[in-house]
Amino acid sequence: MTDLLEVWNLRKSFGGVQALSDCSFTVAEGSIAGLIGPNGSGKTTAFNVITGYERADDGRVLLRGRNVTGARPERVCAFGIGRTFQITRVFGRLTLLENLRVGGAGVSRERRRELYADARCLELLDSVGLAGYARTTAAALSYGQRKLLELVLVLAQEPRIILLDEPAGGINPALVERLGGYIRELNRNGVTFLVVEHNMEFVMGLCDVISVMERGSVIAQGSPETVRTDRRVLDAYLGGSLDDEDDEDEDEDELADNRAGEGGDRR
Amino acid sequence: MGTQIAQAVVEGVLTGGVYALMAAGLTLIFGVMQIINIAQGIMVVLGAYLSYSLQADLGIDPFLGLFLTVPAMFLAGVAIEWGFIRRLRPQNRTALSILVTFAVAIVIEGVLTQVYSSDLRTIDAWYVDRSWLLFGFHLPYIYVFGFALAALLIAALHLFLYRSRPGFSIRAAMQNRAGAELIGIDIDRVSALTFGIGAAVTAVGGTVFGATTSFNPNSGYDLISRLLVIVVLGGLGSVGGALVAAVAALVVEDVTAVVWSPVWASTVFFAVLIVVLLLRPQGLFGQREAARAH
Amino acid sequence: MRTDTDPTDADSANTDSANTASTDATPVGPAHAASAAADAETSGFWWTAGPGRWVCLAVILAAAVLFPFVFNNPATTSVAIFTLLYVGAASAWNTFSGYAGYMALGNAAFYGSGAYVMANLATHLGMRGGVAVFALVPLAGLGTGLIAIPVGWLALRTRRHTFVVVTIAVFFIFQLLAYNLRSVTDGSAGMPMPLPPWLAVEYNDYFYAAALIVAVIAVAVAWTVRRSSFGLKLLAIRDDEDRALGLGVRTGRVKLSAFVITGTLTGMCGAVYAYYLGSVYPPFAFDALFDVTVALMAFLGGLGTISGPVIGALILEPVQQYLNTQLTDAGFALIVFGALFLVVVGFLPEGIVPASGRLLRALRIRAARSGVTE
Repeated sequence: MTDLLEVWNLRKSFGGVQALSDCSFTVAEGSIAGLIGPNGSGKTTAFNVITGYERADDGRVLLRGRNVTGARPERVCAFGIGRTFQITRVFGRLTLLENLRVGGAGVSRERRRELYADARCLELLDSVGLAGYARTTAAALSYGQRKLLELVLVLAQEPRIILLDEPAGGINPALVERLGGYIRELNRNGVTFLVVEHNMEFVMGLCDVISVMERGSVIAQGSPETVRTDRRVLDAYLGGSLDDEDDEDEDEDELADNRAGEGGDRR
Repeated sequence: MGTQIAQAVVEGVLTGGVYALMAAGLTLIFGVMQIINIAQGIMVVLGAYLSYSLQADLGIDPFLGLFLTVPAMFLAGVAIEWGFIRRLRPQNRTALSILVTFAVAIVIEGVLTQVYSSDLRTIDAWYVDRSWLLFGFHLPYIYVFGFALAALLIAALHLFLYRSRPGFSIRAAMQNRAGAELIGIDIDRVSALTFGIGAAVTAVGGTVFGATTSFNPNSGYDLISRLLVIVVLGGLGSVGGALVAAVAALVVEDVTAVVWSPVWASTVFFAVLIVVLLLRPQGLFGQREAARAH
Repeated sequence: MRTDTDPTDADSANTDSANTASTDATPVGPAHAASAAADAETSGFWWTAGPGRWVCLAVILAAAVLFPFVFNNPATTSVAIFTLLYVGAASAWNTFSGYAGYMALGNAAFYGSGAYVMANLATHLGMRGGVAVFALVPLAGLGTGLIAIPVGWLALRTRRHTFVVVTIAVFFIFQLLAYNLRSVTDGSAGMPMPLPPWLAVEYNDYFYAAALIVAVIAVAVAWTVRRSSFGLKLLAIRDDEDRALGLGVRTGRVKLSAFVITGTLTGMCGAVYAYYLGSVYPPFAFDALFDVTVALMAFLGGLGTISGPVIGALILEPVQQYLNTQLTDAGFALIVFGALFLVVVGFLPEGIVPASGRLLRALRIRAARSGVTE
């Protein structure tokens, strides 16, 4: 599998705060990649840099080998990178169909006709159960519905990779599961995903490869099992006081319990 | 020419200090309340008229009169905030605030015209036309007094913001309104206080302005345009920025008057804003577009 | 870290636990109100949709055309001319500020520019007063549009709050330039416009026609923009600029284009104004009150709607003209104006069109319900 997205040595500071320091990871094409880490580790900043909302001080972002570092968000979209936001953003005063049509700006004129035909728009909305709201304004939707809408907005452009910023945040477990299923289905049809998430169960169950960030850099990258038992990851999340053998054992037991509890959602 | 330029610089600094005080009030109001007080200009004029009346009718020295006009303007500011600003809905708040404060400014201008007519006035005092001669520079008393007072008040404001409880509340509200509310800060009171401070400083500005320039109710427009330029130049919400910007802009203007022509001096004042915005859209000390996506 | 930019308005996220979407029920309650308001907004013509609206429009246009023949008192037609100019200017203002959500409060800079370009053209082309001079109006608009390009480019580099202040500053710069750039504007001496040879009884009619045409053009442009994909991008920028960016909208280009359109249309209004007044002076061409008035009209009628600015202008301008002539006491006039503004802003922050759209919708619902319960 080739790497679709490569991030190399990103550096970014805000005033005195070093949000990204030598952050590197890759996302293989066709995979669902996860990006986790404690609060403040720089996950959203990484997203912002990749998608052009922030300019990195240093480092490179490559899409299928092509250097897209520093491109503005509109260009990033044209390159085929789509992105949702941590706090779901849609166009509140526009109807759902209008919401969709805005995305026409991000594709070429030829593809626009095919991708944004009325039929396809309704089909897309229907796939997330929102077809009935096609002509109501997005403000009328619940938060969960808006999340689905935002995903559809990004999907409509048929991007190569979709960056999801905390997709499971703020919605009930039923919808989380539905979302996970939806992502998996899309992935089966060829969409690559990079997911930032705090919901461990969700991430561990969904992703093929997980990168863990701490204080601006990636400290581990690997399969969910590998990452879950990685010492550095445990340190990062649990605060690092693992000198005591007993504590170590306790923690491993706890993790084993969690692992046991997750049954269903695994691939 | 050299001494003329130096003189212009000195005057620019002195007048800049007074503008800095008024601009600090304006930018503070924006920082805390996210509103732009267009009435700041006419409030300076109001302060000038109050000083004028105290002096002309009661013989009270303008600077002494500040003990009356400053609290009066503070209360006026609180009243305006309570009466009009507080009722603004969050939607389009900043834009609506401009319309509302503009309307308030018009009303104040109308009242002043009714009471004082459009005749030009100036405030009289023994020190108005006299200056010190210091190292070859003419330092008009009024400007020196004004500058000294402004400097004092700015220092006091800084102390207030950084060493007092209400000051802390103001700074907290500036940085994160919702967060401030969550830790128990009464945003309404902070807003009223901030607006009051913003108004109170116009009393001081008004006294100096009124003593150095002949004014009428129409003078508010020129004032507010300058104050707006200063706060944008310094960066909306940055008090330090307003200080630097005020002095810088006034110096540039005064030097231009000497080097080029007084006619173009005021245009250059605005042109400085353009130049700075070309290089730094957020103003000198404004915050860069921080992570928009979160 | 605090940002003072937040493109999203108070359409706040409402976390909702019940998100099984019922796809058939007509949503009611707050959601319903929001969608109805939006329907009113997106449809523009709130009183009727479908073929009925074209009939309405035809009737309105016919009434407008016949107006000066029915009410041929010059005082009345004069008010009508100013009203039409404001209909145009308010619609123009709305095309950028209303749709994109960036409050530009310096449009008087374009109004005055249009006036001065007009005066310059008329002078340099040595034109004599007459109908031919009206042909210069579109040229004046074009000239203003060209001026709007660098102005817009500079102003749009800043964030929303700063943008407002920058436009105000730009206005004052233009006013100063009008006084100081003597070579172009003759300073405070003003510039004359050619004097038309028309009789007093028909004088206003010509200007009324010109003003009506300009107003219709402005509203037509506003309507066209609204229904185009360009307009959709503007609205998207208003609702969430960052989201729009992420979907590929070239926000910089879109905003600038809309800004230039506004400048051009406003310039055309200013050009007619210049010709009507007969001469152009800095304080009249560049009037701070204009900036706020057009914004207020759009707000009153309904920001972002098509008919909103029209209604706002139709209401406010006659009032303003009336107060101007009736209240000779300058101070009192200002007090009344200011109070009027405050009342308008205080009681109708949403605007007449959306509010009445909702009212109408609610009435229809009630009528439908009462029908059902029979």
